[in-house]
Amino acid sequence: MPSLKDLRNRINSVKQTRKITSAMKLVAGAKLRRAQEQAEAARPYARRMYDMLGRLAAGVRDLPEAPRLLAGTGEDRVQLLVVMTADRGLCGAFNSQIVRAARRWIHEKRDAGKEVRLICVGRKGRDMLRREFEELIVDAVIGVAGKRRIEYADAEAIARGLVERFDKGEFDVCTIVFNTFRSVMRQEVTFRQLIPLEPPAAEGRTEDEPRAVWEFEPEARLILDELLPRNLGVQIYGALLENAAGEQGARMAAMDNATRNAGEMIEKLTLFYNRTRQAMITKEIIEIVSGAEAL
Amino acid sequence: MAEKVAFELVAPERVLASEEVDMVVVPGAEGDFGVLPLHAPLVSLVRPGVVRVFEGDRVVRRLFVAGGFASVDEKGVTLLVEGAEPVEAIDLEEARRRLRDLEEDLEDAKTEAERRRLERLVAVARARVEAAERPDL
Repeated sequence: MPSLKDLRNRINSVKQTRKITSAMKLVAGAKLRRAQEQAEAARPYARRMYDMLGRLAAGVRDLPEAPRLLAGTGEDRVQLLVVMTADRGLCGAFNSQIVRAARRWIHEKRDAGKEVRLICVGRKGRDMLRREFEELIVDAVIGVAGKRRIEYADAEAIARGLVERFDKGEFDVCTIVFNTFRSVMRQEVTFRQLIPLEPPAAEGRTEDEPRAVWEFEPEARLILDELLPRNLGVQIYGALLENAAGEQGARMAAMDNATRNAGEMIEKLTLFYNRTRQAMITKEIIEIVSGAEAL
Repeated sequence: MAEKVAFELVAPERVLASEEVDMVVVPGAEGDFGVLPLHAPLVSLVRPGVVRVFEGDRVVRRLFVAGGFASVDEKGVTLLVEGAEPVEAIDLEEARRRLRDLEEDLEDAKTEAERRRLERLVAVARARVEAAERPDL
């Protein structure tokens, strides 16, 4: 039987843990709110760029020399996957969810005879994937996902790197994987193909809606040359923000659980502690009584 | 002029402005153009320069933008820009210094990609200096 002192120490240490987890929960809650606001504020730009892309893509769809970021290389042999995770752990299954999906994706592509390369954004994803796919990782971006406030420039730098690699012919198709924030309890692993870009909804609306005749200055192709790399940055920025919100949401849920578990454990230990104490008192009394009787 | 133009200025991080105005003059890649109500639909590149917002025939806001995209439809104009600052807030000395620094960086640029990127930044910085030099234009 553990001594009373041991039990007291145990209880105290669990209490300390509970303090930490509940503080982390509060901090994650505050950060979550900020991340959500940021994601909300970034949406108008993305939406308007999407609309603009739709108009432009409709204009050049039929041209033979459509930009390569839109048309692709005509092949899909080398697949690049950008795995976006958090820099830090202690957020439940947030990171492992993404990594698990990425791993399955990699195996699928390899079984289909494709060559796979990886870029990891976020320390956790890199650490977990490195064990199995060390030789596939061409780059890792650490320190962006964990920033207090993710800036558009961070996303743009990543996008620029992608375009450079694409221009050098290092890959044919680029996909990103990240967690879409649904609610505090639910983050959804999302794959999105960025290169070549699926032309957004150009078809659906031209049918019934009388299509306005858009003028382009300069011609649509030249605008697209500017817009497509920018759109890449916007997509990555959006994914980073979704991830940031998801990470804090997941951490909040995980820490809430941990706090509750610690509470339960403290109750159990306290009960056990009291029982043990009582048993020892009883034992001592019996010893005294039987000692007195023996006289 | 009864009709108003919806003017929206949107940066990746947030919406910078969204208001009803009388006219907007946008520094298009192929020359400045003014947007009045019922302008023909247009998508244009925006060069680094000054966006001017009119109330009546008076300029009420001058915003320096580092380039981007403009989309005009019957309702108004939407500018997608990297960021914007009021022209009167630009410090001319600081703007000149930044231009000089970038020009020096450009001379030291090693790779082709690096050079292209810096050339672009230099062009933005130069337009910024020009905007600050003539704040009433």
